[in-house]
Amino acid sequence: MSVLQKALSGVHVAHMKNTENCPTAPIPLPKEVCISMSQHMGPPCKPLVAKGDQVKVGTVIGDSDAFLSAPIHSSVSGTVTALEEIVTAGGAKCQMVVIATDGEQSVDEQVKPPVVENHADFVKAIRASGLVGLGGAGFPTHIKMNPKNLSEVDTLVVNAAECEPYITSDYRTIMDRSQDVLDGIAAIVKYVGISQVKIAVEDNKPKAIELLRKLTKDDPKIEVCALKAMYPKGAEKVTTFETTGRIVKEGMLPSDVGVIVENVTTVAFIGKYLRDGMPLVEKCVTVDGGAVAEPKNVTAPIGTRYADIIAACGGYKKPCRKLLMGGPMMGIVVPNDSYPLLKNNNAVLALDEQQTVVQEEQPCIRCGRCMHACPFHLMPRQIEKAAEAKNIAMLQKLKVMICMECGCCSYVCPAKRNLTFSNKMAKNMVRAATAKK
Amino acid sequence: MSANEMTANKLMVTPSPHVKDSINTQKIMLTVAAALVPTLIAAVVLFGIRALLMTAICVASCVVFEYLFSVVTKKRNPISDCSAVVTGMILAFNVPVTLPLWMAVFGCFIAIVVVKGLFGGIGCNFANPAATARIFLLVSFAGPMTSWVSPIDGMATATPLSLIKAGQLDQLPSLLQMFLGQRGGALGETCALTLLLGGLFLIWRGIIRWVIPVSVIGSVFVFALLFGANPIYAVLSGGVMIGAFFMATDYSTSPVTEKGQVIFGIGIGFLTMVIRTFCNYPEGMSFAILLMNILVAHIDTLTMTKPFGAIFEQKKSKGA
Repeated sequence: MSVLQKALSGVHVAHMKNTENCPTAPIPLPKEVCISMSQHMGPPCKPLVAKGDQVKVGTVIGDSDAFLSAPIHSSVSGTVTALEEIVTAGGAKCQMVVIATDGEQSVDEQVKPPVVENHADFVKAIRASGLVGLGGAGFPTHIKMNPKNLSEVDTLVVNAAECEPYITSDYRTIMDRSQDVLDGIAAIVKYVGISQVKIAVEDNKPKAIELLRKLTKDDPKIEVCALKAMYPKGAEKVTTFETTGRIVKEGMLPSDVGVIVENVTTVAFIGKYLRDGMPLVEKCVTVDGGAVAEPKNVTAPIGTRYADIIAACGGYKKPCRKLLMGGPMMGIVVPNDSYPLLKNNNAVLALDEQQTVVQEEQPCIRCGRCMHACPFHLMPRQIEKAAEAKNIAMLQKLKVMICMECGCCSYVCPAKRNLTFSNKMAKNMVRAATAKK
Repeated sequence: MSANEMTANKLMVTPSPHVKDSINTQKIMLTVAAALVPTLIAAVVLFGIRALLMTAICVASCVVFEYLFSVVTKKRNPISDCSAVVTGMILAFNVPVTLPLWMAVFGCFIAIVVVKGLFGGIGCNFANPAATARIFLLVSFAGPMTSWVSPIDGMATATPLSLIKAGQLDQLPSLLQMFLGQRGGALGETCALTLLLGGLFLIWRGIIRWVIPVSVIGSVFVFALLFGANPIYAVLSGGVMIGAFFMATDYSTSPVTEKGQVIFGIGIGFLTMVIRTFCNYPEGMSFAILLMNILVAHIDTLTMTKPFGAIFEQKKSKGA
């Protein structure tokens, strides 16, 4: 690739890593959990249980025949009390299994360490574990581990950049569960046939970099890459470029350039799963934001309602005005605090009045900040104008489909225009237009 | 308080991102105004207190015109963005200190109402308000707009560029005098030192990028060499410094891409030197800026960025 390729830009956002020194603690078992059937990218699962069924920790309660899917397990032992409907963050409706806990947390008999001898076993085991990308997108991991061009895939990028403000759950994974991370890396290297491993960490986490370098110094395959702390260094295509120099072109996946990118907590889960066989039933999340009394990292069963998680962090100290699933740059708002914890959730942020001031949109002054902030060198203002004019050809020329909605353009805009949102709308417009053809 | 009261169904739903940078239009404009203050002080020192009066009148009338225009057209009142303050200051810097005040007010009307307001307000005007108003005043009131006074003795004088044009080379100020602004000219364009300081301040604050000033000044320098003029003298004379740092860098009327900004800057430098060397007017900066403003939309289209990982079809290989 061209040596003149410009470095990928981004924005400097206040890190707000208030919880980085809080080791994760489990929350008290909630009375009830609500497990959504849509916890991964792809079509939702069908519930395999009915009202009144007894379930245990690790019992499969949802699955799907679709390629892009992962099974869903019960995170508690107890009784299914209802199958309800839930509106997902994407706006679609799907089913949700409500389970009343019995407090025993007895483990399903099916849960035992998987027997893995080759790549096929490995992929099967990963699928059975229900693992999805824990960094946020929720892409089923077994698909990533089974690329079409398996022989060409030579690099594993362990993404521990954690560039979103506030979130420290990946950092805690490195600090508290470094052995799981190393075991996970070893398993992927062995079964997928990887020749080099890059661990990407932003340089605002020097302790994590030091620890990982110390632990991996005897392994020539593994390199710990300190990335400049600048949002969004943890975006998949950005991390791939920064660590390997390979460019994932539009419409392609990292595996097309021989790279598997996995979030560090996902890797740690693989390490632990191969040892004890416990599927993905709990998640470490950072709980923070101005409205939370005691910001900290907690581990909670999948399906725990946000209200229970926040209650375990001292409850609200101020009225909450906005509740976020994920970080402030790409996080999605949830309508109320009875929303359940999902697999790909890594933070719950309850923002107060001060943090939710809405500024009026003003006319664009053509300063070009959006364009310079865009990691992919898109032109958000021009996209906004083309979208207003419904000019599909222009939108395609401006390559709007490359946009990953990282939020940098809206962040820097002095006129406070919602450029990320207009990009999203423009992408929908292009999708609708190309589907028609 | 119970958890229910704390959220009480009043949660907001907004698109991401949920944090924004603290920068806004008003802060940008006030930073530019602050960068112009050293030059204003220099103007008062060089040309006397009437420079301050002229600037105050221009700023006030620009703000008033902006407000009145929003009232007449029933638009949102935009004066809080402070862009009219900047336009007023730059316009004042572009006229002789002796200009009758009503003419300056007329210039403000042209800048704010005709050039900016009628084209849709901030961000929508294609021509630089101050540069266009200067040209308008020059064409309308050629006499008062070209009667310069010397900052040294207060006597009537000619600008260095007119002196060169007239062949009176023995009366030219020295390079140091040129750098400090001790020469005839519009009240805010003469002091290269303070304009340079202000420009560097804006670059340091990230308000403007270095590309346009460097390409304007660089190309004036190069074309002066080619046309047989003294290049340093060419850069320090006329409106090159104020134009390069404060007028050509106007967001609304300059290209957004770096490549486009280079083309734009070189175009201005080239046209300035062509006008100075081959045309009747001794000074060409405002004309050059205005001419290049007209091309900005085309430059922007031609210099669209190449996004990371974008695949461009070479030619249509298949029928649609």
